[in-house]
Amino acid sequence: MPQAATPPDTVIEVQQVSTRFGGHVVHAELDLEVRRAEIFALIGGSGSGKSTLLREMVLLQQPTAGHIRVLGVDLKKLDDAQTRALRQRWGVMFQHGGLFSALTVLDNVGLPLREHTDLSDTLIDEIAAWKLALTGLAPEAGAQFPAELSGGMLKRASLARALALEPELLFLDEPTAGLDPDSAAGIDTLVRKLRDLLGLSIVMVTHDLDLLWQVADRVAVLGDGRVQGLGTMPELSHMDHASIRPFFDGPRGRAAYAQAQHEH
Amino acid sequence: MKPPRPVAPAAVTQTSPQDLVLSGAWTVRGIGELGRQMAALRLANTTQAGADATGIEAMDTAGAHMLQKLLLGLRAQSVQVRLQGLRPEFAKLQETVAQHLAEPARPAQATAPPPQTALETLGRTAQAALEQAVAQLAFVGESAHAFCIGVAHPARLRWRPVLYNIRTAGVDALPIVGLLAFLLGIVVAYQSAEQLRRYGANIFVADLVGVSMLREFAPLITAIIIAGRSGSAYAAQIGTMAVTEEIDALRTIGIAPLELLVLPKVMALVVALPLLTVYADICGVMGGMVMARAQLDVTFAEFLDRFVKAVSTTSYLVGIGKAPVFAAIVATVGCFQGFRTHGGADSVGRQTTHSVVQSIFLVIVADALFSIAFSALDL
Repeated sequence: MPQAATPPDTVIEVQQVSTRFGGHVVHAELDLEVRRAEIFALIGGSGSGKSTLLREMVLLQQPTAGHIRVLGVDLKKLDDAQTRALRQRWGVMFQHGGLFSALTVLDNVGLPLREHTDLSDTLIDEIAAWKLALTGLAPEAGAQFPAELSGGMLKRASLARALALEPELLFLDEPTAGLDPDSAAGIDTLVRKLRDLLGLSIVMVTHDLDLLWQVADRVAVLGDGRVQGLGTMPELSHMDHASIRPFFDGPRGRAAYAQAQHEH
Repeated sequence: MKPPRPVAPAAVTQTSPQDLVLSGAWTVRGIGELGRQMAALRLANTTQAGADATGIEAMDTAGAHMLQKLLLGLRAQSVQVRLQGLRPEFAKLQETVAQHLAEPARPAQATAPPPQTALETLGRTAQAALEQAVAQLAFVGESAHAFCIGVAHPARLRWRPVLYNIRTAGVDALPIVGLLAFLLGIVVAYQSAEQLRRYGANIFVADLVGVSMLREFAPLITAIIIAGRSGSAYAAQIGTMAVTEEIDALRTIGIAPLELLVLPKVMALVVALPLLTVYADICGVMGGMVMARAQLDVTFAEFLDRFVKAVSTTSYLVGIGKAPVFAAIVATVGCFQGFRTHGGADSVGRQTTHSVVQSIFLVIVADALFSIAFSALDL
């Protein structure tokens, strides 16, 4: 998003973050940096703490130790007003959508606008409809309830809601999980389009190899509570670490790799 | 964090009949006033106009949407607008919006159904009530069928959930049931104390408390507490399972949801509620005894002596006998409403409310029917 002053190049800074649940160590002094206007992916095996890290970045959970700075703000030193203000500067798309079942899709997208701006109802509906169009939903979908939507449409509607307040930063939790290849490819292009168009910084947790190869600028592999590898997918493909290899070896990894090579 | 950038809100001003000046932050937080300003524009007697956008300091998609709306609105009045000075990054944004807005992008609002007439509302309500009554009857039938199968093959019955439900719905409810029954006993004794004392019939407080508690109040208050406590829990649990497709999952795995979810609950309540009623009888009579001694100088010994003579075993059994019926009503209504849940969180709340209201209603109706039947039978 255009800014009056030149913003710092780092949007998220994770410093020495440790997270423990009882005796179970999820993160052990983890460091990470996300730059402005990049598409950053977090990957790793099940239980490697990617989703926990994402939740810590969006203030849904507190790390046991360490600091996280998002958009230049230390998440530990926030009062209520600052928390509210910061939350309006990012959008989160949840894995299962997180849409409110009692509201139509259009009202779901309009909710953040109604809550945080002084726009008129007609204008809010207009903007919400246009956000739906931006994410590739037909206008008719706006009048439907979340329970009536297919998986791909749910994700798009959820993305439209995350974009409602024109965030600078977008968090996506498994944006393509559970989608057919067509819809998943649609999400691929959508994510890239949003970054190019709006200059968004995007952080996503994903297992989708195609999404990683086609869309992600940089990828961090989590394992044993730390970042085991960080770089572009081609860079990672040359690294030799037990938690990185599964994404490149095996039939699915090789197929995605081959396709990416073919296209470049 | 820093407060939002101190940028003036978006504005469109008219400097001459042919010239517009756009300025400020065309962002979602700044465009609140734009609609009114746009409506106030008067570009009379002209087909050409210039718009100076140099002053636009920030723009997001909502702002671009407003700009496009302004341009389209003017074009509709057959005014051609030359847009000047828009920063290149904003121009790119505006182009994208233009692609979407070029085609009529009015959201397809759900066509509101015409308002119902009173007669239509009455008809629809009656039809819904009838449909629900039939469905409920079918549910009772299915549950009874499942129960018969269970009796024929006792090994197939799930005893662990039965015991678990007896604990949660029965044992765990002892404190609240006991307390309320005790208080009810106090209230009954207290209300009758004045009248009895006036006629010097103090000792008859034992008759009053004994018969009313054992026959009516204890079974009723217990059933009502359990409807609010366990019936609602059953509806919410099954309702949430229906929403998260767990019920469908059970069916596909080949487990009858009725057998797993409903039968244990009904059986547990049918066992637990009579026992709770006995407990409520005791607590209620104790409440009456305490009040009788405090207000009417009837000692515990005198009270109990009179109690044995005044209250027949029939009264006691009539009270206990109603409990299993109430239990079946509360459990089946709770489970039935749970299964009727569909959609989302909203529906869970609605069906849970229905379960409590309906089961209390049906319990009281059943109690009234019992009273009529027992008086006809001279019990």
